[in-house]
Amino acid sequence: MRKELGMKRSAMLVLLVVLGLAAGSCGGSDDVITVYSGRTSNLIGPLLQDFAESTGIDIEVRYGQSADLALLIDQEGDRSPADIFISQSPGAVGFLAGKGKLRSIGDEVLGLVPRDFRNADGLWIGISGRVRVIVYNRDLVDPSELPASVFELTEERFRDRVAVAPANGSFQDFVTAMRETHGDDTTLAWLEGLVANDARTYANNTSIVQAVGRGDVPMGLVNHYYNFRATAEDPGVPSENYYFPDRNIGSLMIVTAIGVLSTSDVPELADQLVEFMLGEEAQRFYSEKTYEYPLAAGVVPSSVLPALSSIGVATYDFDRLGGGLERTKELIDESGLEHS
Amino acid sequence: MKAGSSTPDSTPVRVARRQAHHPGLRLVVALLGLLFLFPMGYLAWGTLSLGGDFWATVASERTLRPLRNSLLIATATAVACMFLGTGLAWLVARTDLVARRFWRVVLPLPLVIPSFVGATALLSAFGRGGLVPFLPRIEGFWGAFIVLTALSYPYVYLPVLARLSTTAPTLEEASQLLGSHPVRTLTRVVLPNIRDTVFAGTLLVFLYGLSDFGGVALMRYDTITRAIYSSRLFDRATSLTLGLVLAVLALAVAAIERTATPRRRLGKGIRREQVRYRLRRFATPAVALASGVVGVALVAPVGVFALWVVRGSTTVGVGYAGIGDGLGFLLRPILNSAVASVVAGVCAVAVTLPVAYSAAKQRNWLSNAASASVTSVFALPGLVVALAVVFWAIQAPGPLAAVYQTFPLLVLAYVLHFGAQSMRASQAAIADVPPHYEDAARTLGVDARRRFLAIDLPLIMPGLITGGGLVLLSTLKELPATLLLAPIGFETLATRIWNAAEDGFFAEVGITSLVLILLSGILTWMFVLRRELRV
Repeated sequence: MRKELGMKRSAMLVLLVVLGLAAGSCGGSDDVITVYSGRTSNLIGPLLQDFAESTGIDIEVRYGQSADLALLIDQEGDRSPADIFISQSPGAVGFLAGKGKLRSIGDEVLGLVPRDFRNADGLWIGISGRVRVIVYNRDLVDPSELPASVFELTEERFRDRVAVAPANGSFQDFVTAMRETHGDDTTLAWLEGLVANDARTYANNTSIVQAVGRGDVPMGLVNHYYNFRATAEDPGVPSENYYFPDRNIGSLMIVTAIGVLSTSDVPELADQLVEFMLGEEAQRFYSEKTYEYPLAAGVVPSSVLPALSSIGVATYDFDRLGGGLERTKELIDESGLEHS
Repeated sequence: MKAGSSTPDSTPVRVARRQAHHPGLRLVVALLGLLFLFPMGYLAWGTLSLGGDFWATVASERTLRPLRNSLLIATATAVACMFLGTGLAWLVARTDLVARRFWRVVLPLPLVIPSFVGATALLSAFGRGGLVPFLPRIEGFWGAFIVLTALSYPYVYLPVLARLSTTAPTLEEASQLLGSHPVRTLTRVVLPNIRDTVFAGTLLVFLYGLSDFGGVALMRYDTITRAIYSSRLFDRATSLTLGLVLAVLALAVAAIERTATPRRRLGKGIRREQVRYRLRRFATPAVALASGVVGVALVAPVGVFALWVVRGSTTVGVGYAGIGDGLGFLLRPILNSAVASVVAGVCAVAVTLPVAYSAAKQRNWLSNAASASVTSVFALPGLVVALAVVFWAIQAPGPLAAVYQTFPLLVLAYVLHFGAQSMRASQAAIADVPPHYEDAARTLGVDARRRFLAIDLPLIMPGLITGGGLVLLSTLKELPATLLLAPIGFETLATRIWNAAEDGFFAEVGITSLVLILLSGILTWMFVLRRELRV
């Protein structure tokens, strides 16, 4: 009997805690912006906090993978609690734009960023940029061997030496850009060339940078800022970034994008947050803390990064990235790259 | 008297009685079976409405290859865990293994390590440039096999340990008295006796092997979950169809397992002092086995986590956000993880108990179907289960819609995903209640409710607690549902680990993972091991 009472007490306790948590999650004022962020808290949390403190507007954030959050918003439909979507990849935000889930951003805000880094209809706008690079292990690769173009990676001298992450959003954005600039046939041939050349498939960018650092694979295609993170935590790691020269499609600039949902009930506040993300403080944060390329407010990239003019970044009409990703996925499937 | 000789009871009286279960119970079982079909319903609806072609997708080479790999890795892992989990449980429960109490607490812990972190840690632990450079780095099938085995053998170990600690030792004593060698006693008496529990755990490992994405992907092994993930945004028809393939497969496996295992009635008594064998010259190999398993599954990851923390603290601190100053930033996540996992464990046991009870006591189409339905959800990737819950919750009418992204809905998602674990453990425990107790009580005119409370419940408590413990550990590492469905701002240790890992903040991954393992040790001790049994 004593035992039963004990169980009852535990049950009551659990119930109380649950009710407490439930109560805690309710309520809140009207001045709340709900953000679904595909950018992780380390890379954006402090900025959102600063915005909340300086404006008095509460911000609630749900973090997750960009693709998963885009699916979530799509599935939530008209009932989505989200006001703002921040995407690590133009693909995921393009997916929502294509479904009519985003409302246009005001012209003054759009004007803050060059045309290349935003949606032509003003549905989303880039807040920072990452560049596609080769990360290589300097103990295994002589810099003179590195290719002048991403297309050279299908040559015999790179057999079994290149890592790719075809399931990753940035890789897919890059392939889409290649399709738009060089056509589907060339792109498919390149993907098939990678497969024939025994390119190695990895789960994501981080695991490629780690594998290159350990010497499992000599080089891999990733975004530039992962290696800055890796060498910051472990200065001894022999991995380095290589930027393709001459505006090669291999060094495509990929933006982190922000968009306001058409179902948002606080669009003015949401616009305010978008503007803040393009302001000097935020742009400085990307430059100095996350080693990304700032896109607005005249902020210059961190001195550890090569200047954009010196590496010749392939800019690209990102508009077409999102819409074209279905076909990109088909081409990747067709090449069989994900099985290798 | 041989264990295998007790035949299923099939006297007409018994059969008649079994079919006379309370109609209320049947209704509850039916409703629960339907509830667990909701994720599959979402997949079926999606496949139909998006024009996915089920048979064409199943038959294409692009599906068959990863599907074959999935079945291969799930089967291999399940078999390995069956032997490992059973062997370790037997050593802890039945022998004079050195430092038994220590192993008992430590052996379940690898279950709490999220597979993507476990894989990353093992890749950093062994091989060139790793913590232990002289051992080879293993990738591909064998890498995935080692990660999944190391992280999921507790699905077998925990239930078998509970089972071994509570079965009546009469048969084993008899076998011993008759001069049987301990090994003979093990194979002829013990193993037939615990067979159901072993199979139940093995099935869980198999389903987990089908559902895992992070671990196998990082090991560069191409499975069906990879195909589900990589097509989820830009080829949803294929993604959902593949999810449906996995669900149908799991349902079939669960149904086959259910009908293929013969009925068994062996429950014979009350727990008391257990037989304990002296290992003698096998003492050293036994310790070596336990150390080897814990070495790969726990010490290696913990070593890597510690290395990341130490390295990070001498360079950049633990994170950008200035959180290197202390562990205060982990307090809320610790509390959230603890509450969510304990509540999920308790709820999963309570929700699946009627199905477990009905499945253990009677075999009819309803209990078979409900049991298979509950089991099948565990084979689905977490993201699929989470999106299914979103799908149904978002179109719920009126006041029901208010539960969207609240704590109760999150718990429901956990229960749906992990209910198979508690149900299987409960079912094995209930099947083991000696039928003559119930007969006696029935003769005395005790009604069904009181019979359950007074006889079944106390006897099956260790099984229920073990099942709850498995759900607790699974919830602690759960990611997709927590990210998509938790009340906004509700961070757990697992979501923090994911956040940090996503952009390569390894020092933060390390410290948070260490805290997660510590918390799981404390919780399993408080709620599971301490209550379940006294070894």
